[in-house]
Amino acid sequence: MSTLVITQLLNGLQLGVLLFLLAAGLTLVFGIMNFVNLAHGSLYMMGAFFAANAYNFTESFLAAALVATLGMALLGWLLQQLVIRHLSQRDHLDHVLATFGLILFFNELARMIWGSQPYYMQVPEALSSTVSLFGIDYSAYRLLIIAVGLGVAAGLYWLIHRTRLGMLIRAGASNPKMVAALGVNIQRMNGILFALGAALAGVAGLMAAPILSVQPGMGDTILILTLVVIVIGGIGSIRGSFYAALIVGVVDTLGRSVLPLALREVFERSTANAAGPAVASMLIYIVMAVVLAVKPQGLFPVRQG
Amino acid sequence: MRKQLTFVFALFAALAVLPLLAQAFNEPFYINLVGRMVIFSIAVASLNLLIGFGGMVSFGHALFIGLGAYAVGGLSFYEIHNGWLQMALAIALCATVGLVTGFIVLRTTGIAFIMITLAFAQMFYFLMVSLKQFGGDDGMPLNQRSDFGFFNLETDTSIYYAALVLLIAVLLTTYKLIHSPFGMVLRGAKANPVRMAALGFAVFRYQLVAYVLAASVCGLAGFLLVNLAKFSSPSYMAWSVSGELIVMAVLGSMLWRGSMTAKVASPVIGTLVFLIVEEVLKAGTEHWPLILGSLIVIGVLLSSGVTLNKSNTKAAP
Repeated sequence: MSTLVITQLLNGLQLGVLLFLLAAGLTLVFGIMNFVNLAHGSLYMMGAFFAANAYNFTESFLAAALVATLGMALLGWLLQQLVIRHLSQRDHLDHVLATFGLILFFNELARMIWGSQPYYMQVPEALSSTVSLFGIDYSAYRLLIIAVGLGVAAGLYWLIHRTRLGMLIRAGASNPKMVAALGVNIQRMNGILFALGAALAGVAGLMAAPILSVQPGMGDTILILTLVVIVIGGIGSIRGSFYAALIVGVVDTLGRSVLPLALREVFERSTANAAGPAVASMLIYIVMAVVLAVKPQGLFPVRQG
Repeated sequence: MRKQLTFVFALFAALAVLPLLAQAFNEPFYINLVGRMVIFSIAVASLNLLIGFGGMVSFGHALFIGLGAYAVGGLSFYEIHNGWLQMALAIALCATVGLVTGFIVLRTTGIAFIMITLAFAQMFYFLMVSLKQFGGDDGMPLNQRSDFGFFNLETDTSIYYAALVLLIAVLLTTYKLIHSPFGMVLRGAKANPVRMAALGFAVFRYQLVAYVLAASVCGLAGFLLVNLAKFSSPSYMAWSVSGELIVMAVLGSMLWRGSMTAKVASPVIGTLVFLIVEEVLKAGTEHWPLILGSLIVIGVLLSSGVTLNKSNTKAAP
């Protein structure tokens, strides 16, 4: 039982950092540009396809990483120039509509290019072994995902609190007009930000590609989880999205793996078998509802200044 | 004003004679196809009450289509084919879920509202996927259509006319409602919720009532849809359906601006145009979502801000 719990805790952590990579980009764009990008999941999907395609072509994980990150940064920048830029002054309803259209577009584009069958990417050979940890064997690649996620979190912290760009981002979040009046090119900064968010989605897609099947529509489910994360964490707060991502990742994973077993101890087998998956699939939404009932602004609300 | 009323009458007259024409030309397929459009018009009209008049951009409205459908499918599964019972359950289920989720989602505004309505719809989607006894992912066929005693929905034509009558009733009620004191408060809360609160109105309660009302009406659309398709499936409440409902509502308001008549009846136009375009694209190419998605993006870019749009989703400055 305890080995199972530890393994699932690590799996939850791994899902959590993946969610954080997505939530950070989404909340960064929302916090500063006040733009609702529902197509963020599609960027994750494109990143996964880029990575898988590059890896199958070159057999080098490093090349796949480069293609996924830089390719997605470029795609993000293009998207910002072509579509997003023209919508930043509009109402949220326009954002929702336009990005909904983008989701349809990208899902079908991926289906056209790569087909609707799942597309696979092997775990790099050097990382395909297991590592002994806390008395259990755990996949080295999944550990790498956790490490990358935590590394990105640290990097973002450094970027936002220690660099000039980060200072502008923080200033732009609280008062974009004043920052523009002080002579900062807000449009260019928005382009960089959007590219950064897309690159983070690309990293998430890269890391997820070897452990999931890469297919059109894979971004939609994770987008919803990401939205739950940023709502729980407080919209616009990167720190909040970090903690919320870990909470959601662990709760969801433990809910799916441990809860059915736990229910079996309490109820009859047939009841537990029927109720287990149903309750597990609803668990994170219940967590979200409870958080919102207590704190409608999320766990770490952003002060609007 | 007069012109718009004439247009509404012409539209519904055309919808009313369509099944006769379809039968005359021996193309019964169109009864099913347009019947689906009429049913979706009911769902979009209910969403229009939230977005167009209440400023509440719900991205999870398809949830109630799904719940209405499963109310029928579920009862039918237990050999209960009584239409009145099924309809009562559909409304009760949607109203209850609308009340509980509405109580939570309405604590937030703006973008959080959009995200949480989406999340709740997704929660029930996954719930239905995981309920294997109701078919899970594959959905569940409906063995027998609803039976109302003195009439039943056995033919596509009977469902078509039931849907058309219901749609007209919904639109007339909406027109009455938004001119009532209740509707005035709701519209006021869309324009400026803080001011309405300062005037002493409990905005939250009015919005909650509107939310529950829209949920129940949308449940009726689900009730009709499952009868028409003889099938209930989690895909009825997929997030993409919720997105399409918003697109249809907004499209209607863009195509037909003007008086209150237009604002109330525009969902029908939006639904018809959107679903016809979708059907045409589907017939043309298997990659139709690519074109549809591009059309939506271009449409939003070219429109100078959507008319529905003075919603309260703008974040506080």
